[in-house]
Amino acid sequence: MKADTNEQALLKGLALNDSKSIETIYKDNFTMVQAFILQNNGSYDDARDIFQEAMIALYEKAQSESFVLTCQIKTYVYSICRRLWLKRLQQLGRYSNQIDSLDETVPVEDDLDIHEKRNAEFAIMERAMNSLGEPCKSLLEGYYLKKMGMQDLADEFGYTNADNAKNQKYKCLMRLKKLFFSQYNIGD
Amino acid sequence: MDDILLLEAIERYLAGEMNANEREYFENLRKNTPEIDQMVVEHNMFLHQMEFYSQNWNLKQSLHLAHSKLLERGDVYEGGELSTRGKVIQIWNKYKRVTAIAASVGGVIALVISGLVMYFSPVVNGNQLEQLSKAIEVIKKNQQYQGNLINEVKSKIPENARLISGGSGFLIDTKGYIITNAHVLKGSGAIVVNSKGQEFKATIAHIDQERDLAILKINDPDFESPKSLPYSIRKAKTDLGEQVFTLGYPKNDIVYGEGYLSARTGYNSDSLSYQVQISANPGNSGAPVFNSNGEVIGILSTRQAQAEGVAFAVKSKNIYRMVDELKKSDTSLDKIKLSTHSVLKGLDRKEQINKVEGYVYYVKAFSKQ
Repeated sequence: MKADTNEQALLKGLALNDSKSIETIYKDNFTMVQAFILQNNGSYDDARDIFQEAMIALYEKAQSESFVLTCQIKTYVYSICRRLWLKRLQQLGRYSNQIDSLDETVPVEDDLDIHEKRNAEFAIMERAMNSLGEPCKSLLEGYYLKKMGMQDLADEFGYTNADNAKNQKYKCLMRLKKLFFSQYNIGD
Repeated sequence: MDDILLLEAIERYLAGEMNANEREYFENLRKNTPEIDQMVVEHNMFLHQMEFYSQNWNLKQSLHLAHSKLLERGDVYEGGELSTRGKVIQIWNKYKRVTAIAASVGGVIALVISGLVMYFSPVVNGNQLEQLSKAIEVIKKNQQYQGNLINEVKSKIPENARLISGGSGFLIDTKGYIITNAHVLKGSGAIVVNSKGQEFKATIAHIDQERDLAILKINDPDFESPKSLPYSIRKAKTDLGEQVFTLGYPKNDIVYGEGYLSARTGYNSDSLSYQVQISANPGNSGAPVFNSNGEVIGILSTRQAQAEGVAFAVKSKNIYRMVDELKKSDTSLDKIKLSTHSVLKGLDRKEQINKVEGYVYYVKAFSKQ
């Protein structure tokens, strides 16, 4: 089944981090995933984690240029969640008697492999960020994640002018890069 | 300080913020100084990583936002306090009493059922072991699913009887003696179904709770005694690592599985059984475990709940012991002659299965109401 035009639009929205699209996809699919997780030994928190992880995987897929979703969003999200949850159960050593449901699924292993690789990279960056300490962490978050301007950052962090903030930012950035590259191998 | 200036230059260069002169100068510098070129490449990569990370970070924020919004609106429910603004609260108020009544009725029923189950089921070690017989609901589902297919053939289950559990079993004697697990036979009677779907009436000849074994006798004019059984039942011990396979009925069709003998004793070093690494599901209880020569080395009975693929099989020599004891006390069982000759040795697996599957039965236990 090919995703219809409405779903295509939603996915485009998701790729652009459009809150309306995200809400719609969230609303349409979350309850189904939650029911599945709860039925299979999971908690409400597990359901939220797994679902959001699947949304991120969908987002990554929607962003790539060669992107085609050959099934409904619902089927795809369900398949990802199912796979992720089975894996989580296995890791926890909680043996689930049988995850049986007759819902349609599609193969998602390749997508998940890519997703996991990315996650590993994010984890390196996150660890590097977290070991920076303040104010470096907030300053770099402000600049690179929240995309704030230098003047705004100077105001928020109490620097006398944008140049001072910039200097501080580069000092922090050098430390971050050092931390990052100590764990990240180029060419891997 | 120089490093900072350089880093700033690289960042401006990569962002395209340099003017033409500056750019030309910098590109020259880059060409002539490999270290700087290397730094540019590295920083470019770093910025890309940062950009991915930023997107991921922002998406996570959006997802959290969406989640709490939907939670507040009542589109998503997480078992906590309900939002006072949501639609759900109105529905809740409206049906509060009904729900409360339903919940308490449900609670009472659940208590009664669990009480009954506790009372009737044999003692198994907590939740760590799962018996592989099937609960009635599973069978019910299968019954419904198969309902249309078998409508023409009238089932041999008595009309006023209720199916209790299901499992597998296999012939140990040509006259229609079938061995299965004691825990499969929870009800008062049983029928067996062969791999072609043909049903036979059976009576319970003996139950040995201690060994978790039971013998059924097919009492049905439709049953044609085979001349001999293709497999033998092994008296001697089996070695660790021996390749084994099983055939059973976790669903309405016969299902094949293979694995190996992983320990000489069963759960908690129980010496009556072997530990087998094999995928076993509810319904596999009572299924024969064959070695590659086609000798029955055990009867699949339980699996460990917390570990995947760990199953336990009652050792086959217990069949001999049980039958010998029975012969002493019950002369009607005198006629049982266990098969000691296997014709499966050296055949390839497909042929072995082909020869054996007709002798493995689906056991359905029922109780009369």
